[in-house]
Amino acid sequence: MRPMSAIAWFKLASPASFFPLARRLVPWFGAAAAVLTAAGLWIGLIVAPTDAQQGDAYRIIFIHVPAAWMSMFIYVVMAFWCAVSLTFNTRLAAMLAQALAPTGAMFTFLALVTGALWGKPAWGTYWAWDARMTSELILLFLYFGYMALRNAIDDPRRADRASAVLALVGVVNVPIIYFSVKWWNTLHQGASVSLTSAPTMAVTMLTGMLVMAFAAWFYAIAITLLRVQAIIAEREKNTSWIGEMVPRTR
Amino acid sequence: MMCVEVMGEEATRDSSALRGFAWSTMRDLRLAMRSRAELAVQLLFYVIVVTLFPLAVGAETALLRALGPGVLWVAALLASLLSLPRIFATDFADGSLEQIALSTQPLPALISGKIAAHWISTGLPLALISPLLAAQFGLSRDEGWLLALGLLIGTPTLSLLGAIGAALTLGLRSGGGLLALLILPLYVPILIFGAGSIEAMRAGLGAGPQLALLTAALLVAMVGAPLAAAAAVRIALD
Amino acid sequence: MKQGGLVAFLAMGGYGFYVWTSYALAAIAVAVEIVAVRARLRAATKSVSGSERAMVLPDDTQ
Repeated sequence: MRPMSAIAWFKLASPASFFPLARRLVPWFGAAAAVLTAAGLWIGLIVAPTDAQQGDAYRIIFIHVPAAWMSMFIYVVMAFWCAVSLTFNTRLAAMLAQALAPTGAMFTFLALVTGALWGKPAWGTYWAWDARMTSELILLFLYFGYMALRNAIDDPRRADRASAVLALVGVVNVPIIYFSVKWWNTLHQGASVSLTSAPTMAVTMLTGMLVMAFAAWFYAIAITLLRVQAIIAEREKNTSWIGEMVPRTR
Repeated sequence: MMCVEVMGEEATRDSSALRGFAWSTMRDLRLAMRSRAELAVQLLFYVIVVTLFPLAVGAETALLRALGPGVLWVAALLASLLSLPRIFATDFADGSLEQIALSTQPLPALISGKIAAHWISTGLPLALISPLLAAQFGLSRDEGWLLALGLLIGTPTLSLLGAIGAALTLGLRSGGGLLALLILPLYVPILIFGAGSIEAMRAGLGAGPQLALLTAALLVAMVGAPLAAAAAVRIALD
Repeated sequence: MKQGGLVAFLAMGGYGFYVWTSYALAAIAVAVEIVAVRARLRAATKSVSGSERAMVLPDDTQ
């Protein structure tokens, strides 16, 4: 373990120091997420007016768009922590990446499903092979690949490093994949329909999306901090400090 | 040191990347030539997969012509995927990969050589026979040449990207499924531009942009993939 | 207004199935994730407490 240094960052970089911090932070982020979700649902379901073209079906965007944004954002954050873990050879950064992946995959799946449920009333078909949804599907495969590789490797440190390389290769390729899928879509479908292009978006609609996006963000932080506690406990279970951190009666 | 006699004294002392690349390419090609039957089988896999599609969708000419470029490219991806473990697996199993990693020559250069040998023994033959298979799908003569050219540029990229996946999954029990899951998303742009080049030619737009993009992808992969694969190999060996 | 309001709210202009299924799926996904992670944390801390106890016992004989 790294000797105690004056620099707060490095002190925080050990799972031992981070565990109690994570435990303290979860309720705050969870509460913030709950409040923002309530506000977002209020705006999205009640305050925002019915759309002229799509009727009330457009209200799906208050779930779909934040989920899509989070799916991409989490992948980038995951890749960032992977880069940190490879550069500084720290365990905690790798554990954070490991904790982020399932939530990212969940948001990706949600974006895909709500996208399909929006596509049917809006464009007549559940799956239109448009650029954004197809790229989102490939992003889901990238998440699954990361998790599957981690799962296939028994040694946790090798799993950390191998999946980190994979995530970095993936994040570099995501723009390339998106560009190529976008190109493919315009060639094969003529006028491509973008699922976020509502010609004029009322201010309330935009506000609702942003509020829900922040709600999703704080939720993601809360659930990731919760999951990383579990991961730390699982991986550090043979160290001397963890017994003191973990309450006996649970 | 079991490989010294194969490496040659001058190779162990010299640390130039080019020499390492050349040595590695020749070594792997020699090893590949010893199992020529295995190479033939991989080529046969390509032919069989391609043949499955008319059997599945019917032999109607217009349909096959429309499907042809896609089928021929997807089958090339799958054939490439099938052959990837060969790049590192045997060396990993008998310990020579560790020796290679310990060599004074830069590991990315040595791995580039392995990838080059892999492509020469799998991707290159595939690209060369593709015009014959293109004829089976009713593609025109020009389309057949364009397919071959696209595959010539695209298959090295498939080998380069695939090597990263092969290195990451070294020694794992999980079988080919995991490798496919890791690599196929990365293959998607190559597939899109490769098959798309023929579509573009059919639309009268010319395949220049697609071929240029395929070439750009190859150049980027030539620089980046050996580095990533070398990192992955070191991770697997630790 | 209230009765018609609630019915109209649920109907969502005829698109009720699509809208409410989306929101329900989101709620279910979040709920499942929270339950699963808490269960994982419980299991992980339980196994830690177990091994801690096992490590403590020999030290008791001082």
